[in-house]
Amino acid sequence: MTTTFVPDTLVKPGRPWRRTHRSTLATLGFMAVAGLSSTGIVAVTGLAGPLGWYVGFVFSLAVLGFLGSFFRDRVVAVDLFATVLICTAFMTVLIPWVSIFYSVIKRGAPAFYKGYLTTDMLITSSGEALNLGGLSHAIVGTLLMLTIASLICIPLGIIAAIYIVEIKGRFAGVVRFLTQAMSGVPSIVAGLFIYATLVILVFHSFSGIAGACALAILMLPTVTRTAEEVLKLVPDHLRAASYALGASQAQTTFRVVLPSVRSGLITASVLGLARVAGETAPLLLTSGYFIKLTTNVREGAIGSLPTYIFSTLGAGTTEAVTRAWGGACVLLILILILFIGARSLGGRNKGR
Amino acid sequence: MPTQLVSDASPDASPDNPVGRVIATEYGPSDKVFRGVITSGAMVSLVVLTLIAGFLLFRGLEIFRDFGFGFITNVVWDPGDGIDKATASFGIGAMLVGSVVTAVIALVVATPFAMGTALFLEFYCPSWLRIFLTSVLDLVAAIPSVIYGIWGYAVFMKYGTSWGRSINEYLGWFPLFNVPAPIFERSPFIAGMVLALMIVPITTSVARAVYSQAPRDQIDAVYALGGSRWSGIRHIVLPFGRSGLIGGAMLGLGRALGETVAVYLVLNLVFRINFEILASVGGNVASLIANKFGEAGEYELKALMASGLVLFLVTLLVNFAATAIVGRTRGTES
Repeated sequence: MTTTFVPDTLVKPGRPWRRTHRSTLATLGFMAVAGLSSTGIVAVTGLAGPLGWYVGFVFSLAVLGFLGSFFRDRVVAVDLFATVLICTAFMTVLIPWVSIFYSVIKRGAPAFYKGYLTTDMLITSSGEALNLGGLSHAIVGTLLMLTIASLICIPLGIIAAIYIVEIKGRFAGVVRFLTQAMSGVPSIVAGLFIYATLVILVFHSFSGIAGACALAILMLPTVTRTAEEVLKLVPDHLRAASYALGASQAQTTFRVVLPSVRSGLITASVLGLARVAGETAPLLLTSGYFIKLTTNVREGAIGSLPTYIFSTLGAGTTEAVTRAWGGACVLLILILILFIGARSLGGRNKGR
Repeated sequence: MPTQLVSDASPDASPDNPVGRVIATEYGPSDKVFRGVITSGAMVSLVVLTLIAGFLLFRGLEIFRDFGFGFITNVVWDPGDGIDKATASFGIGAMLVGSVVTAVIALVVATPFAMGTALFLEFYCPSWLRIFLTSVLDLVAAIPSVIYGIWGYAVFMKYGTSWGRSINEYLGWFPLFNVPAPIFERSPFIAGMVLALMIVPITTSVARAVYSQAPRDQIDAVYALGGSRWSGIRHIVLPFGRSGLIGGAMLGLGRALGETVAVYLVLNLVFRINFEILASVGGNVASLIANKFGEAGEYELKALMASGLVLFLVTLLVNFAATAIVGRTRGTES
């Protein structure tokens, strides 16, 4: 109890930019009035349901913001109006995505039973009861094709990134530009290309390898761009130190630069995989769809999750549509796993 | 950074005749191999793009020879009897128009929302939320088109139809919103809305990347002068990020033009040039290919290859333009 003089004289630091309770209350009141008026609008006009209420809510917010301009300074009123618009634009965009996740889980759940992940559709037609058949063939096919695609694509993507960042060759700008352009190639065009080359000329039938090649084309831009950003994060003094020790450029690249960003490169690859895991159109043209569990990727059609969804949806019966939603659920979970894996691996040396 | 120092002490140098030592840098043999391998490996994107154009042209050449420019403008898709080529007739005019119509609807709907979302993420939301929401944005960008398609078909169709009906009811006098018959399912409007949802993440992330580079000191200067948050955005951020937003929107346009499965599942494919966006008539080059591929004969397959080439060139052009525009704001790096 020796420092009793402190509390009286210490000046509390002011924080004028901080939200006061009054302004929070005002915002909440503002929202509550808009909500009430929206309920009124739903009761009176033809708008109905939660979506109708939301439309009324946004409308009331905008009107209240406009009315506010009569009581306040013009700059403040315009700012309020813009804030309402920007925040509602964001909230509106969220609604359909929440709806997608919700419907995939809700409508896909009835398709699951004990054997759903371990049986194929060889002796079950998609219109039969939901406790028969499954999508093991689709999961295996998708995983096989993703593996082959990454074996083809990841080395090429990393090589392109090394060329842009390490070698800084004469065509670095061109390579980056073309990679960007490649990311815009429609997936069906990649499928047509592989069909015109590998399927017609090499395999003479649908094949898993052809499907994987189409996926590799679509994956390449993502892997290259992400790997490029990761390599750029390597500090130059690491390279300088390596050169100073007499290492060649090849040694520097393979022994110093690449190991230091290993996890980032894995992230790049996994993000690429997540991007193509659900591609449907190219697989329809290259790997086809087959209902039996097979690991033969060299020739013959092979199942995959996207084509499973697509073809069961085409059957049209209630059971088939539920199966399609079940497939969508599994596919979404697969992508979610890939995505979270990529994030948690790359979290350590993320540049931003 | 290159490694071997080649020093050539000139043989006839002497104290009387000092000849400067020639210093040059040259890569060692192992580095020459390394650089050669990496450089040739990096050309793969060039090779693939050339091969795509080359093979599709090679397969579709016969179609371009037989139908000439009519292949782009005609509105008919008749494989004939499959034996005699003279009975067949192909033209993708309606599908090209359909692609453009759906993509433009998507663009018009998506861009304001993408802009609002980018501004919200960059200037309005608290930073802990921003990290989370950016991840969410990346994740929804990876949702496969088949899931957008099944959602559009089974969930959104109901809403889209009723929205289409109300728009037609109140704005039907406008030629764009007129319909020949009161059927509103599977219209270009609904397909365009689903496509809009698909391109919002791309446009948002490009716009956000550009907005985040807006000069902070100028924004602070606006605040210091008593401006509001909106004044800062309106006068500094938006002018700065304009070309970034345009480029991002065009990247989205490129994706919307080439989308296959979502459009295939949602849109009613009819061979007719149709600008009445609420009517149940539409099409898209990509979904045409997916639709006709299954039972196509040899000659029809060539026509599909030719349409693939047209689609490829159109999207490539849009993407080149978009990349150039985005690059203009961001400068040379990144």
